[in-house]
Amino acid sequence: MTTTDIKENNKASITEIDNLSKNIKIEARNIDVFYSEFKALKDINMNIYENSVTAFIGPSGCGKSTFLRCLNRMNDYIDGFKMKGEILIDNKKIYWKNVVVEELRKQVGMVFQKPNPFPKSIFDNVAYGIRIQGVKDKKFIEERVELSLKQVALWDEVKDNLKKGALALSGGQQQRLCIARTLAVEPSVILMDEPTSALDPISTAKIEELLFELKKQYTIVIVTNNMKQTARIIDMTTFYYMGELIEYDSTKNIFTKPKQEKTQNYITGRFG
Amino acid sequence: MNKTREYIIERLLFLCAAITVFTTISIILVLLVEAVGFFQEVSIIDFLTDKEWTPLFADKHFGILPLVCGTLLTTFIAISVALPIGLTIAIYLSEYAPKSFRKIFKPLLEVLAAVPTVVYGFFALLVVSPFLQKFFPEMSGFNSLSAGIVMGIMIIPFISSLSEDALYAVPKSLREAAYGMGSTRFQTAFKVTVPAASSGIVVSIILALSRAIGETMIVAIAAGQQPRLTLDPTVPIETITAYIVQVSMGDVPHGSLEYKTIFAAGITLFVFTFILNNISFYIKKKYQEKYD
Repeated sequence: MTTTDIKENNKASITEIDNLSKNIKIEARNIDVFYSEFKALKDINMNIYENSVTAFIGPSGCGKSTFLRCLNRMNDYIDGFKMKGEILIDNKKIYWKNVVVEELRKQVGMVFQKPNPFPKSIFDNVAYGIRIQGVKDKKFIEERVELSLKQVALWDEVKDNLKKGALALSGGQQQRLCIARTLAVEPSVILMDEPTSALDPISTAKIEELLFELKKQYTIVIVTNNMKQTARIIDMTTFYYMGELIEYDSTKNIFTKPKQEKTQNYITGRFG
Repeated sequence: MNKTREYIIERLLFLCAAITVFTTISIILVLLVEAVGFFQEVSIIDFLTDKEWTPLFADKHFGILPLVCGTLLTTFIAISVALPIGLTIAIYLSEYAPKSFRKIFKPLLEVLAAVPTVVYGFFALLVVSPFLQKFFPEMSGFNSLSAGIVMGIMIIPFISSLSEDALYAVPKSLREAAYGMGSTRFQTAFKVTVPAASSGIVVSIILALSRAIGETMIVAIAAGQQPRLTLDPTVPIETITAYIVQVSMGDVPHGSLEYKTIFAAGITLFVFTFILNNISFYIKKKYQEKYD
């Protein structure tokens, strides 16, 4: 199958989704990414919809994490990183030269693969993002911390130990703390880079439950290798392969009737 | 055959390690024995409370305080110079500087610690003191300020290099977390990286302090040889180390009380550095497993 065919197919499915869907939150147009000479992403075009969970799947090295990190400009500090094309969030170009990257990242929060709480207390972890914005009002900070911890269902577990070091928590609790820390800044988009890959099944289930709740308020983009997770909780799924977007459709369609052979092979476990 | 060889090698290695330990223990023993001899003739209370140190004069006083004061004064001046400069360099190198710059600059900076201290001493006496005298005409040629400043320059690499190692060792994931929440580079450095590396930074400061307390040549040359209980940085003073040099090079008879003062001063110095080394060891041990 030629590249043109793939594009045509994607267009078809994207229109189909467009008919079903709500507002476009993130729009990527003709994204090419280079790491020095290596071309990591090739002409990516896609829309991500508001208040949905959109997954990026594909074998490692396919560019899915690279694309995710383009959405809050986390690649900016990487040596040799270059991007062509436009990404719009809420119709605003995020790579425009007058954009303040720090403001963008408050808008587009991120949760990482390995839980990475700061070596501070639980309270200070969640309060960090509000404090760096210069907020001094103690009561406001306390309320926001409580709300964020409740949102991730961690409040009852830690409310008596808020002064305790965050590193003493279990891996699953740490990851929920990291999500709470991100929520406290009040982003509208949350990027998650394989957020459950370092966790046990019970912690994973808790975070999946959380995603269900969060998508009512936030637009969530998640990189995952967990096929079961994808099928269970995710609205839209994008399959990447060798830097190309191969197929983008509702998760149900991707898993039951993929249009591309490569997608089918990957999902059924024939490669990847 | 092979087994015997292995055995011999193992014993040889053990011997090397044992010699080091043995030397250390011997030094401490000699210090102790001679110091005990000293304290049989001079009471410990006089030693710790008398405000004058004049063992070589006719009217002998054996109060260590002036020497301790001189040592702490020069050390304080040195650390006041080295700490802000060293930390700034460390933070710049680990958080801001391009990798290529760091690669070249760090070894260059470490050359500072490789300059012979006698050169620093003459630099303090012949360059820094005359320069400072332009601003403080009252200042004596020998003074603790110029010695302290130059000593501070000497210990910059201790702080900058070790602190930079500690900062650099902070996991990338913590920096990413900070950036991901909209922190600027400055906020990331001062609210996340520096606190996370604080134990390593404190250890680097303590090692630099230890080095400054034990430093001999610079203070012997540039700070003077007049034990004086003062915090005035413009007058000549004497540090513990400088006193030891002074007496060792003079013609004090072996076994005399004057001779034994060296060991009393030596053991005081040893107590200081021993305590500092233990604090740094304790901090290292207590906090090192924090970020696995």
